[in-house]
Amino acid sequence: MQPVISVENLTKAYASGVKALEGINLEIQRGEIFALLGPNGAGKTTLINVICGIVNPSQGRVLADGHDIVSDYRAARSKIGLVPQELSTDVFETVLATVKFSRGLFGKPPDPAYVEKVLRNLSLWDKKNAKIRTLSGGMKRRVMIAKALSHEPQILFLDEPSAGVDVELRRDMWQMVRDLRISGVTIILTTHYIEEAEEMADRIGIISKGKIILVEDKTLLMNKLGKKQLKLYLQSPLAYIPAELAGYSLELSADGNELIYLFDTQGEQTGIAELLRQLAKYGIDFKDIQSRQSSLEEIFINLVSERP
Amino acid sequence: MNMYAIRAIYCFELARTWRTLMQSIASPVISTSLYFVVFGSAIGSRMTEIDGISYGAFIVPGLIMLALLTESISNASFGIYMPKFSGTIYEILSAPISYVEIVIGYVGAAATKSIVLGLLILATARLFVPFQIVHPLWMIVFLVLTAVTFSLFGFIVGVWADGFEKLQIIPMMIITPLAFLGGSFYSISMLPPLWQQITLFNPLVYLISSFRWSFYGVSDVNVAVSVGMTLFFLVLCLTTVWWIFKTGYRLKS
Repeated sequence: MQPVISVENLTKAYASGVKALEGINLEIQRGEIFALLGPNGAGKTTLINVICGIVNPSQGRVLADGHDIVSDYRAARSKIGLVPQELSTDVFETVLATVKFSRGLFGKPPDPAYVEKVLRNLSLWDKKNAKIRTLSGGMKRRVMIAKALSHEPQILFLDEPSAGVDVELRRDMWQMVRDLRISGVTIILTTHYIEEAEEMADRIGIISKGKIILVEDKTLLMNKLGKKQLKLYLQSPLAYIPAELAGYSLELSADGNELIYLFDTQGEQTGIAELLRQLAKYGIDFKDIQSRQSSLEEIFINLVSERP
Repeated sequence: MNMYAIRAIYCFELARTWRTLMQSIASPVISTSLYFVVFGSAIGSRMTEIDGISYGAFIVPGLIMLALLTESISNASFGIYMPKFSGTIYEILSAPISYVEIVIGYVGAAATKSIVLGLLILATARLFVPFQIVHPLWMIVFLVLTAVTFSLFGFIVGVWADGFEKLQIIPMMIITPLAFLGGSFYSISMLPPLWQQITLFNPLVYLISSFRWSFYGVSDVNVAVSVGMTLFFLVLCLTTVWWIFKTGYRLKS
């Protein structure tokens, strides 16, 4: 199937010589939720801005639903909706007027029923005549989303959608994103809340210093690079790990009350059974046991910090 | 042509005028009316006629032109500067619209406001001083041509400006002095010969003089030269706007 977004050898160099993007190749599949992760200044927003037409590319080619974003910009841009990171709105306008403005700007004829549906879905209908400056930060974020959805885009970019948003709204937004995906919209999001990517994304892309360093299915990524941790709460504190257990990846907490064992989820054998036997052999008793898998955040930090 | 986008920008800009009615329309009408009261009715009645025209009537075209120029520049510059300032420019740049459509939306709205303002001032002036319009069609042509040209110029100023101060500099520090020295209140034939020559380097002389010609049929300079100068400035502004969008100057990195 043809990807809905295709980025080929994309480079963005500013006049100052700074290379914000370098040889980016990326394909986003139709109908997926793709999370683009990266540290500050990695190039996430620049990449989105190039695709959306806000920043000129220096080299390379981008296709949106098969349309070149430069030579066939009208067709390409009409497919895309963007919710930028900053809360940039016309503060003196009403909610309804600004959403109607966005729809017109993208070349769509007025459709009061559709606009009402978008505002109702975002719990904004009651505020339709309110001036944007009177709204809370969370409501302004909803207005930004309503503006981006006003022209019925097939591709939606959410640049840090949860920035400055409370937990309740974040959950609502996640649900809205899932609903949009069900309706066939492809969603590309950047986020600092890796929990958000872990919760929603189908695939993860990691960008660092202007380069894509990894694109992977989320589940595969977590299985492939994730580590599992087994935590044993000891009956009595341990002063040190016996030398005979040096072959295991063990860590002792500072107070000696917890023994932590890290093991590879991809390994044929976890080694847990053998470890427990060894612990019994050396008289190390435990009162509780807990296991957890490393989060996407830990995987992300490891990946980014490994690069020079 | 993305007509919905042009309409959206145009209506949005006009709605801004409606929201700021006092500042956009009432304020320039009132301040220009004060000129008619002071120079037209009060002082003007004691002054001699110029080219056979009463002083009060003589200053009408110049004052309309002054308001038209400053408001065209202010409206258009503010129109494009505000999205840059608030960050909403992202939406304009990411929309499926051409540069021509963006310019038609912003410049069209700014020119419309200025023309409406010019006609309001014209109607207000009639309350204070009697005057006639010999060439009404030409008057409308000059009104529209000037409004469009200087709205384009204002658009350039708005793109260039990186602060509110710069938005004010051109209308206040350049246009207003040039209009005052360009024959708004006197005929340049009243100046000493050397100053008459120097004044001809002031481009606003041509605009004011030709506009006055459409009212009273008299002009300090050849009307054809005036039309040529205005069209030259229009082409210059269009070329600059084309260059701005081609290079992305202060809009797109």
